[in-house]
Amino acid sequence: MADGSVVGEAVTEALSGFIRTDPDFWLNVLLPAVGQGLLVTLLLILCVAPLGILIGILVAICRVYAPKPFSFLAKLYVIFFRGCPLLVLLFILYFGLPSIGILLEGFTAAVIGFVLCNSAYNSEYIRGALQSIKSGQMIAARSLGMTKKQAILHIIIPQAMRRAIPGVSNEFIYLIKYTSLAYFVTVVEMTMAAKMIAMHYLAFIEAFGLVALFYLALVSLATFGTNKLEKKLAIPGLTAVKVKDPPFRLKKGTKEPRKIK
Amino acid sequence: MLESLTVVTDSLGYLLGGVLVTLELVSAALLLGFILGILLVVGQVYGPKPVRGFVAVYVWFFRGLPNLILLFLFYFVFLPTLPVFLIAVIVLGMRSAAYQSQIFRGVIENLSEGQTLAARSLGMTNWQTIKHIIIPQTLRLALPSWANEYPVLLTDSAVASAIGVTELLTRTGFRVAATGNAMALYLACAVIFILLNYGGMLLIQKIEERIRIPGFGNNECDQI
Repeated sequence: MADGSVVGEAVTEALSGFIRTDPDFWLNVLLPAVGQGLLVTLLLILCVAPLGILIGILVAICRVYAPKPFSFLAKLYVIFFRGCPLLVLLFILYFGLPSIGILLEGFTAAVIGFVLCNSAYNSEYIRGALQSIKSGQMIAARSLGMTKKQAILHIIIPQAMRRAIPGVSNEFIYLIKYTSLAYFVTVVEMTMAAKMIAMHYLAFIEAFGLVALFYLALVSLATFGTNKLEKKLAIPGLTAVKVKDPPFRLKKGTKEPRKIK
Repeated sequence: MLESLTVVTDSLGYLLGGVLVTLELVSAALLLGFILGILLVVGQVYGPKPVRGFVAVYVWFFRGLPNLILLFLFYFVFLPTLPVFLIAVIVLGMRSAAYQSQIFRGVIENLSEGQTLAARSLGMTNWQTIKHIIIPQTLRLALPSWANEYPVLLTDSAVASAIGVTELLTRTGFRVAATGNAMALYLACAVIFILLNYGGMLLIQKIEERIRIPGFGNNECDQI
């Protein structure tokens, strides 16, 4: 259509001052590279998230129910991997370990580092949830003849995990974002792909803008999904969802309190 | 083993210089995030619709993007002429503001409505109510969750080495390049970060005890 092309040309012209508008660059260079990076990012998330939750549960159970030496070890684990910046942890794994004879590939180092960090944070949320389950639950389970192990597995965990969902899903969203740190250990995920294209073609706005959009989309999707999951698994009375209106809003013409006549 | 130890002790002075830069970066970002965060939350809870929309987009943007991407965006695209330290402060600060505003919002929305009604019935305007009644209570109640911003910013600040801020991690990297002892130096770096982390937490706990009003608030701050 003539109209459409005129508008299209005008838009192209207006944009060309800021960003590249040739479709060849977008379709054949930037999108494939960032798309490949996206796949690697997704693969990282897929490898890390289940392990992070599983180890998080184990560490939390250790901290709450295990005898002293084990709970202390679990505590040390949490202190170290929460206190140490993830980036430093990645450097230790990738640059430090070779000096004692362990050579890790970038991807492996990233997965191990992310799992350690993710599980330490998850364990804190899960520990809080475990401790929030009233002790009567355990006593009731034991009095029904369950062993401690059975009680934890079938009575405590299903309740506690529901309460831990907000925290753990928050951590999942953090995970999506900090997969970008794999950039530092030479994994070609989205950020690295974008940086390489940006440097090579001097296309910083385009590359980082596109990657930013991808991350925002991933995070928004994850937020939506985890909210749905939380609602779906909610049990009335166990996990209360509280929604409250803010006390008041400023409106036009209500700067002064209304006079009472 | 002994060799590693001497490498670490030799580098310690140089690394402590990096600690200073890290602490400057973190405190500047915390302050910027605090001021912006309060402005954002007042806008979000009490502001007119366009302001609320703006804050929502701001928070979505800064919470949705990785630190690294934000740093690259500001370094290469938005503010390419500023010194890297300033860019790092701005990015970490604006990001922290988004998180801090949500901490404050959670508290404000849980304040009893009676506070507002009482203030209004005493003849205060909306702004006076916010300034003298809502904000002071919010800050006290928010302190336990707000304290978590410090370790978050501290660990995030390491990423600023990507744009060349010579903080602790960057300096450790320099020492690694000079001595070749990566394991010992990066472990030392990790230990310093953990010490900073817990030192700061203790300090914040002290402040918390100091400004606590007996009978006001809850004991939730005791369980993290």
